[in-house]
Amino acid sequence: MTDPRIFDLPEADLAWCPGCGDFKILEALKKALADMDMAPEDVVVVSGIGQAAKTPHFMKCNFLNGLHGRALSHATGVKAANPKLTVVAVGGDGDMYGEGGNHFLHTVRRNPDIANFVYNNMVYGLTKGQASPTSPKGMVTPVQTRGVSSEPVNPLALAIVQGATFVARAFSGDVDHTAEMMKAAIEHRGYALVDIFQPCVSFNKTNTFKWFKDHTYRLEDEHDSSNRSAALSLAMETERFPLGILYREEGRPTFEDSLGIYEKDDTPLHRRSPDVDKVRETIDSMT
Amino acid sequence: MASGKDLSVVICGGAGYGVQTVEDILAKVLKRSGYHVFATREYMSRVRGGNNSTEIRISSTPVDGMVDEIDLLVVLSPGVRENIRRRITQNTVIAADRSSVGEEFEKTDGAFFDVPLGEMAKEAGGAVYANVIAAGLVLGIVDASTDQAEEYFLSRFGKKGDKVVDENRSACGKGLELGRSIADKFPDLAPPKKDDTSSRRVMNGVQAVSLGAIAGGCDFVTAYPMSPATGVLAFAAQNASDFGLAVEQVEDEISAVNMAVGASYAGASPMVTTSGGGFSLMYEGFSLAGVAETPLVVHLAQRPGPATGMATRTEQGDLNLAVHAGHGEFPRLVLAPGTIEEAYSLTARAFEIAHRYQVQSVVMTDQYLLNTFRDVDPDDLIAAKPDKCLVTSGPGYRRYEDVPNGVSPRSVPGLGKGIVGCDSHEHDEEGHVFEDFDLRVRMSDKRFRKGELLKEDFVPADIRGPENWTRLVLCWGSTGPIVSEALRDLKLPDTALMRVRQIWPVAEDVAAAVERADELIFVEGNHDGQLENLIKSVTGRSAQGHLRNYCGLQFSVEQVRMGLSEILG
Ligand SMILES: Cc1ncc(C[n+]2csc(CCOP(=O)(O)OP(=O)(O)O)c2C)c(N)n1
Ligand code: SF4
Repeated sequence: MTDPRIFDLPEADLAWCPGCGDFKILEALKKALADMDMAPEDVVVVSGIGQAAKTPHFMKCNFLNGLHGRALSHATGVKAANPKLTVVAVGGDGDMYGEGGNHFLHTVRRNPDIANFVYNNMVYGLTKGQASPTSPKGMVTPVQTRGVSSEPVNPLALAIVQGATFVARAFSGDVDHTAEMMKAAIEHRGYALVDIFQPCVSFNKTNTFKWFKDHTYRLEDEHDSSNRSAALSLAMETERFPLGILYREEGRPTFEDSLGIYEKDDTPLHRRSPDVDKVRETIDSMT
Repeated sequence: MASGKDLSVVICGGAGYGVQTVEDILAKVLKRSGYHVFATREYMSRVRGGNNSTEIRISSTPVDGMVDEIDLLVVLSPGVRENIRRRITQNTVIAADRSSVGEEFEKTDGAFFDVPLGEMAKEAGGAVYANVIAAGLVLGIVDASTDQAEEYFLSRFGKKGDKVVDENRSACGKGLELGRSIADKFPDLAPPKKDDTSSRRVMNGVQAVSLGAIAGGCDFVTAYPMSPATGVLAFAAQNASDFGLAVEQVEDEISAVNMAVGASYAGASPMVTTSGGGFSLMYEGFSLAGVAETPLVVHLAQRPGPATGMATRTEQGDLNLAVHAGHGEFPRLVLAPGTIEEAYSLTARAFEIAHRYQVQSVVMTDQYLLNTFRDVDPDDLIAAKPDKCLVTSGPGYRRYEDVPNGVSPRSVPGLGKGIVGCDSHEHDEEGHVFEDFDLRVRMSDKRFRKGELLKEDFVPADIRGPENWTRLVLCWGSTGPIVSEALRDLKLPDTALMRVRQIWPVAEDVAAAVERADELIFVEGNHDGQLENLIKSVTGRSAQGHLRNYCGLQFSVEQVRMGLSEILG
């Protein structure tokens, strides 16, 4: 087993508030990668914009820190260009389910072999406390002054309904379990969502560490994660949220498989040279 | 007969009447029979009905532009629209089935020739053959080779069995006979003499852009369908396995560009193909590619705007969109091919430069150019050997190393032991966010040093005219060949034509020619004179005259000829 410290970036200036759940998620991510004997150069952490999305700047590995909401598109492109890379897309709930909502929906359908870790603090952190798509109804913010009126997004149910092949939930308060979920997601071949509850100590006074502790429970071993309808009914539970792998389906072709270009040859695109002679042949075969 | 040498045929019909098939038969059989062909299509934004047309010029020398003049109008279904009707003159022969079109052409100038297309089609095997008979009619008039027509049907329908081939052949034969019998109805039209065109290839704009991209090293295509850019997406998808292309129709243009940037970061050579509305949505991702210095090629197929504008029509209204694409500041390359050959060569060039300098290239075409086809000499399709210009990274690798020419050695994840960063923020040499005002200036300067290289390593403008010209006519993109033909007809001893092919950055040769000219005249397909304004902003020189067209149709040669004569008094 590798030492998680190989993923440390000594000069990083961790720009999160003291007590923020993001620190624990970063710790879990390094642990998961180290447990899997990954090297920093084999991994690409892709993110959008937000507090959570700063993660790749706080660790040592390849990274693409792109645009708000677009991490899943970036990550799909990275994986499609080089399926040999381990691709992890991280970001907040606003990033992934709000600005990136359309991409979330379609990435689930596309099933690229990437792991998607969503730091779900039920609020916008970086822009200082506006409601996010997962904010509870009634939550008052500087913008939602009369309280959030929209129904919260249910990311797990959405993912399951749209055919996600791996759906799990974790809580940043439990680093080991979070790391376990991450490992299972990375190992899974296909799109894997881990929605990770994370208290935002600065802007979410409703969903605190204690609230998450009181409103979550660990899934029993009896849960059959290959049962989609059982997974869906667990995902619909909102009184107390189950933690663990809700759904897992192996063997579905990935996006990269469906492109067809890796069927006979798994060489990444950067190592291939285009067949320019074929262009000439095609032109010559035209009338 | 335009310029006394070529025959201009317009075929009209509703969507579903097979105008495109006529186009295809004529292009291929005529070229194989030794003629030079040029064709361009205009169509309505509907799947059935309406009335569309294609203009085919049949010539003994290469032709490359649209004319108003119609020598032969073949009508497949009633309801020919005003844009065609107003082009009918006393010299036009209209071939149509009176039982289908009725009195529609009673009051026009042209000579009407009743062709019982419906009856003949039924005899040949069904109403669907009317268009094939029409194609035969044209082939008969210009004395095309029957063998070549037979061969065409065999190669096109051979797989569908003998019956289909035979019916097509018989329909075409009926048309051919009729065509031969009425050739004398065109007393003024000397059929063009045949040339040796066997080494030439008939290619349309969509094929030229797509094949040019692949020749330039493109291996990744993402798009969301939008006319007129969709053809390139379809070509890429249909040929993906042959060329090893990753192709995805994504959920929207935002994903198209961002997936392309992700792929580029990881070592792909991507292209997105879109139209104005789609490119507007891509601005943020285009800007990301700019700060991240990931090579990216955008094929921007113009159609009239604002917003949805005229979905299937043509315009040159997006020059500003391309030159100013993205927020913030970063260098980019904007190229505008004017011919089929250039659509190929400049698209390939866009990839070459994108990789050489790690910049973003925009290739601007339009509906007219994409839906135009012509016979071309394959030797004129030029592309350098693709090179992604990658280096293998070592342990201390820094993606954004501040090197003298600004072009940091580029590696990708998995190519060497180094770590490869990529960031949308202002970043340090490793790609990490680091808010430092000196760093910001250093990095911005580094990016703009690459912009200087784009001015030095430029695509020259195409300048043609008499040695001692004093007046310069400027145009860009698809209007080029049309203006060129108009100027040839006008034979002005003091006038040269400059087709600007590298729109941005404006290169030294363009500035020098503008400087030398006593008089500048711009011809472009937009309302605002976007090239004119751009040249003015760069050189300070105002135009003495301009000709602009923004009705949704391309300029015709006659329109430019008349327009220029008026401007020049
Ligand atoms: C296109 C765009 N719109 C808005 C923003 C501003 N913005 C940055 S982060 C953010 C929300 C972040 O919230 P979330 O994704 O929940 O992450 P957190 O900060 O809570 O970790 C917003 C609105 C942006 N950067 N880009
Ligand atoms: S604002 Fe909230 S999410 Fe962001 S670092 Fe602070 S506590 Fe964490």
